Amino acid sequence: MPLLAILLLAGGTYALRVAGLTFPTRLRLSARAQRLLAGAATVLLLALAATSALTEGQHFAGWARPAGVLVGALLAARRAPFPAVVAAAVASTALLRLAGVA
Amino acid sequence: MGSIWRTPRRSLHGSLHRLLGRGTLRDIGLVCLADGVVGLSFGAVAVAGGLPAWVPIALSLLVFAGGSQIAMVGIVLAGGGAFAAALSGLVLNTRLMPYGLAVADVLGGNRWLRLLGAHLVTDESTAFALRHSERPRRRAVFWACGLALFASWNGAVALGALLVGSLGNGDALGLDTAFPAVLLALVLPALSGDRALSTAAVTGAALAVATTPLLPAGVPLLLALAAVALLVRRAPTGGTHPDNPSGPASGPADAVSPDPASDLLLVTAETDR
Repeated sequence: MPLLAILLLAGGTYALRVAGLTFPTRLRLSARAQRLLAGAATVLLLALAATSALTEGQHFAGWARPAGVLVGALLAARRAPFPAVVAAAVASTALLRLAGVA
Repeated sequence: MGSIWRTPRRSLHGSLHRLLGRGTLRDIGLVCLADGVVGLSFGAVAVAGGLPAWVPIALSLLVFAGGSQIAMVGIVLAGGGAFAAALSGLVLNTRLMPYGLAVADVLGGNRWLRLLGAHLVTDESTAFALRHSERPRRRAVFWACGLALFASWNGAVALGALLVGSLGNGDALGLDTAFPAVLLALVLPALSGDRALSTAAVTGAALAVATTPLLPAGVPLLLALAAVALLVRRAPTGGTHPDNPSGPASGPADAVSPDPASDLLLVTAETDR
């Protein structure tokens, strides 16, 4: 990963933070614009979750990974603590692979 | 060893307790622990996927927004372009701007402290600061949470990156599952109770998964963003209050959810995380 891309994300992120802090009166986004921005972030995150759960490169990732993610999702939907969600998902996948499921 | 540490630790703990209020210190600790687990897996997965250890470490120090870091590394590991990945991360981090608005009064005054504090604006630090109404306590809580998270997040990421480098194959340990699980845990609170957003998000995800075998990596995610158009015609439903544009509740991680452990940097969270 090129350093320049990391610096782009770092610089842009810092600029967003400082902009909100420095120009609180000038940067008042409309509620509609805010909802669209938040909506875009949510759509992007769920799409990334789905593709990284189901695919590896341009192929199906196998059953063990999505099964583990499903376990994590069920726990998250029941408002389980974050460490429990991640640990259960990872452990489920590891156990399935140990049992021979790809 | 114990006797050396006990006295100063206890008094530090005591004064922090008085300043931050009962329970807040414990809650900050819990959030640090939760984010530490995520950071550990973030560092480990990045290195297990073939990136050099300095990449997740530098990202965590310089970006310090978990959701966007996870997104960027996830896209790059899937074969996407690094700059497209950085832009996706920036889309996630646009939520930090209204967070800045929300905590601007906490960071008023000294210009250098404000520039330093800006880097600590996250889903969690904003959510914690907004729980309190008096300014001195808001300020103390913001700095305590921001600094504690910065230390625990970066420590955990470095540990994960360096440990896995020596362990080798992370797939047998199921580490590739950590990313999608973390992302889902970030997103689900924002989706619950918002049907329009859920429809748009599920449509976008289906589009992305369906086109992944056909298109170059990274492009399916941009296609998913087309589903945001489903939100354009609809009026806001619940959640955000039109008179309170600085409220962080519009973030994907729903920063003011009752369970602090569900807020990620994002992580987050708010996405960033």
